[in-house]
Amino acid sequence: MSQAHIVGPMAPAWGGGVSPFRIGWNKLMMWIFIIGDALLFAGFLAGYGFLRLASGSWPDRSQVFELSFIALMTFTLITSSATMATAVGASQRGERKLVLVFLGLTILGGLAFLAMQAYEWSGLIRAGASLASNPWGVPLFGATFFMITGFHGTHVLVGVLILAITAARFQTGRGRPEGVELAGLYWHFVDLVWVFIFTLFYLV
Amino acid sequence: MAEKLETAHAGFLRRYVFSTDHKVIGIQYLLVSMGMAVVGGLLAVLIRLQLAWPGEKWPWLGKLFPDGMAGGVMKPEFYLSLVTMHGTLMIFFVVSLALLGGFGNFLIPLQVGARDMAFPFLNMLSFWTLVPGCLIMLGSFLVEGGAAAAGWTAYPPLSAVRSAIPGSQWGQTLWIVAMALFIVSFTMGGLNYVTTILDLRTRGMSLMRMPVTLWTLFFASALGLVAFPPLTAAAVMLLLDRHFGTSFFLPSGLFFGNQVLPNEGGTPLLWQHLFWFLGHPEVYVLILPALGIVLEILPVFARKPVFGYRLTVYSLVAIAFLSMIVWGHHMYVSGMSPYLGEFFAIGTMAITIPSAVIGTNMIATLWGGSLRFTTPMLFALAALVFFGTGGFGGIFLGNAASDIYLHDSYFVVGHFHFMIGGVTLMAAFAGCYYWFPKMFGRMMSERLGKLHFWLTFPTFYAIFLLMHYMGLAGMPRRYYAFDRFEFLEALQAPQVWITLIAFVLSAAQLLFLINFLGSLLRGAVAGPNPWGATTLEWAAPSPPPHGNWGDQLPEVHRWPYDYSVPGAPTDFTPQTAGPAEVPITF
Amino acid sequence: MQTSNAPTKQSQREGRVLAVVVWLIGMAIVGIGSRRWLPPLASEHGAGIDSMLNYLMITVGALVLSGHLVVGWFLWRFGRGQPVSFRLASWRIERRWSLVPVVLLAVVAEGGVLALGLPVWAKIYGEPPAGSLTVEVTGEQFAWNVRYAGADGKFGRTLPKRITLDNPLGLDSSDPASADDIIALNEIRVPVNRPVRIRLRSKDVLHSFYLPYLRVKQDAVPGMNIELWFVPTRTGTFELACAELCGLGHYEMRGLLFVLLEEQFQHWLKEQKNG
Repeated sequence: MSQAHIVGPMAPAWGGGVSPFRIGWNKLMMWIFIIGDALLFAGFLAGYGFLRLASGSWPDRSQVFELSFIALMTFTLITSSATMATAVGASQRGERKLVLVFLGLTILGGLAFLAMQAYEWSGLIRAGASLASNPWGVPLFGATFFMITGFHGTHVLVGVLILAITAARFQTGRGRPEGVELAGLYWHFVDLVWVFIFTLFYLV
Repeated sequence: MAEKLETAHAGFLRRYVFSTDHKVIGIQYLLVSMGMAVVGGLLAVLIRLQLAWPGEKWPWLGKLFPDGMAGGVMKPEFYLSLVTMHGTLMIFFVVSLALLGGFGNFLIPLQVGARDMAFPFLNMLSFWTLVPGCLIMLGSFLVEGGAAAAGWTAYPPLSAVRSAIPGSQWGQTLWIVAMALFIVSFTMGGLNYVTTILDLRTRGMSLMRMPVTLWTLFFASALGLVAFPPLTAAAVMLLLDRHFGTSFFLPSGLFFGNQVLPNEGGTPLLWQHLFWFLGHPEVYVLILPALGIVLEILPVFARKPVFGYRLTVYSLVAIAFLSMIVWGHHMYVSGMSPYLGEFFAIGTMAITIPSAVIGTNMIATLWGGSLRFTTPMLFALAALVFFGTGGFGGIFLGNAASDIYLHDSYFVVGHFHFMIGGVTLMAAFAGCYYWFPKMFGRMMSERLGKLHFWLTFPTFYAIFLLMHYMGLAGMPRRYYAFDRFEFLEALQAPQVWITLIAFVLSAAQLLFLINFLGSLLRGAVAGPNPWGATTLEWAAPSPPPHGNWGDQLPEVHRWPYDYSVPGAPTDFTPQTAGPAEVPITF
Repeated sequence: MQTSNAPTKQSQREGRVLAVVVWLIGMAIVGIGSRRWLPPLASEHGAGIDSMLNYLMITVGALVLSGHLVVGWFLWRFGRGQPVSFRLASWRIERRWSLVPVVLLAVVAEGGVLALGLPVWAKIYGEPPAGSLTVEVTGEQFAWNVRYAGADGKFGRTLPKRITLDNPLGLDSSDPASADDIIALNEIRVPVNRPVRIRLRSKDVLHSFYLPYLRVKQDAVPGMNIELWFVPTRTGTFELACAELCGLGHYEMRGLLFVLLEEQFQHWLKEQKNG
């Protein structure tokens, strides 16, 4: 009777007392956070695009980067997303051992990515690249590279920490499938951002 | 329910300092905003002092500010720091804090019928991230070179090159750090607000039964969440330009202090685009909750429903969406492509339409009502009037052709003070007087409140109305003095009048502070619903206990505007009243 | 339930006072606004800008006045303590009354922009006519450097690294085109009724080239060469100010535009070349 005046097919879902998207508040919050974070990267990439279009010349990426190495980094991160998805599925089915295994694999993937990123950075820095200048062309090339990959790398690091905490919780039996799902959302987001960076910075 | 309720045995720190109760956090935000408002107001008084009597000696001020006012005479760089910090503090650390941090936190769980926000711990973190931000902002006055002085808009190269102006040494860096903390705090709060409004509404509280205040808080938070990240990106880039030798905003060939800077490849226009991408939605983040408060208070003191509830909601959607695509109207003469200028002008004029619908709905709410002129009502009416005049003034600026002449003039200063000072500040006062009983269980003094109103409304109007005309006369903004140009000579007299009126306006705010603090201690005890309002918060005790609702969450059966329902026993019917008691009219 | 907002004689009086105050303010806005605030016009395109401003002052003035009159009237009429006389509007009534602001603003604001504003904007940002005099203006903290191309009609190359106190523009003497460039500080001389093209640059931070009497305003952006043009329509001396915060001397970046008769201008030009 209290719902009587709320008409339409959406009424039961939106009539208060339940979550309209049938997801908990924490998942909703994670989604909104991801949207905001995506816009942060969009801001960086937009700035990069603006400046790159405005500058007369831009270094040839094949001269600067070992593209097969970058491809390996991308493959590693995408694989880690796959292991993450497996972990989420396992957590929903309550298979604790499997969750730990695949969380562990995801963490390894993340750490491997970070190690490769660090290796790439050290190589470039030794060749003379920095925020303020680089040997291949306009100084903004180095600045945008380090800024964007730096922010992304930090996000990967935070992701690894989140996964480690989630895994530790599962280890002690205090973990909930929801926690794995939330971590998974974040991890997939970080992966997706890398796809954009990879495409817009390294390839195009 | 989001989190376990804390026991009543929590110590003082847990209950009043690091509380996760949204009501305590809301009051904490409100108190901080009041403190920052005092600072921001004093900065304005200093600004007015200089503009009325340029170059005058003020010995006692010279003792207070030995650097900026050495010998008692204000230095231009100090003046520019005052202008910069006045704007920054008022926009972010007063208005946003009071309306979103203060009223948003306090009202949202109460008005949706929840026990607290979705993630109370995050809410507490949001406040305690803000506090260091405030301290760093204030502390920036004390560092070498003084506080940031490139305007609240912080345009590079002035803000990026450390030698361009003294405030661009450490002051600007601290400004960036404090803003970063503010943005993180806002994001944490905003996540809570949006999630709580979507997910934690009590049974029967459909979206179209929400008070307009909740709609505006929802859209303001969503807008802020989406608009702030590009500013964060820009702030990072500015920090890198300032300290790490990058050139995001700095082109080649810049000449400072007898040397050419080594930067190359950047452009100041990139900052402007990223900044205003936030900057324009930001003003709607500020004004939307203010409009919500006005539309909340008008029906209560007209004893009839708000006019055009549905259309108001649709207009809010339109405003939120349009506000994201009009940022270029701050950049008409910036050097960007004139075609962009045409596009932004068309969009900006479009945004006047839903704004006018909301204004009309406010005015129409008065029609046929039984108006009660309490202090909250008086301030809500003031906000309404400022929304009209200020909004119409905006048309001059949104139009690219007329903006060529008015850009960066006092017309802009008058316009945005009507909107940010007029609408938002009057609405914040209205909200304080209105919700004070619910927050603290006491009434504020009506006598002092009305005196505060009558000393604030006309003076505020006079000051910023005059500035519109001075802008038409061509007066540029951010000028330390107006005595170097003949075309500005005739405008020196109005500067003095404005300053004198501003003194009255500032002094009048003491009445509010005295009323607020005095009523906390000795105000008349308030019942749960002293104003006879229908929204859910008035169904809880004044003040509500931890957990808000006792054993049973409320159940909602009607929209929040059932005032003066024909045949009802009282002239207001709370949202919780069932259809058997009083018929449902909407 | 106790309510403390029942109408009292006192508050009814306040309502009427507020109504009167609102009426007075509305009338004051229009009254003060009807005085001449714009500085006397001295340029051709400025007429378009002024017509835009006047159009807005009249239409927006009318909207503001009627808004204040209506609000004041509602406060007066419905603040007498009488019961509610009109409670809930039907959807049709709501829609109908909302059409009022929609149509008004669509016509006044959007229509004004499209019909009046865009042509003015397009002309200002369109191509300058042939036969314009080109003057280069370079803003710096806190002065306006002015340069004419001289007899060869070409501006010589400037290099930042050559900037000195005596060579504020960094003129490159190795470029033959720079030999005859005419340099001035804070003073621009132009002939009346002839189009003037300004090449706007900046040495350090953002500035804005602002000629109030000529309704000219354009930001000077370091790293960009921005062109603007105008036609001065009367002789005289007009002040040039900076309209974008540029540092502590922002308020005293004063320049002068001397609009001369053609002969006077040619005479001055000849003097510079010989001197």
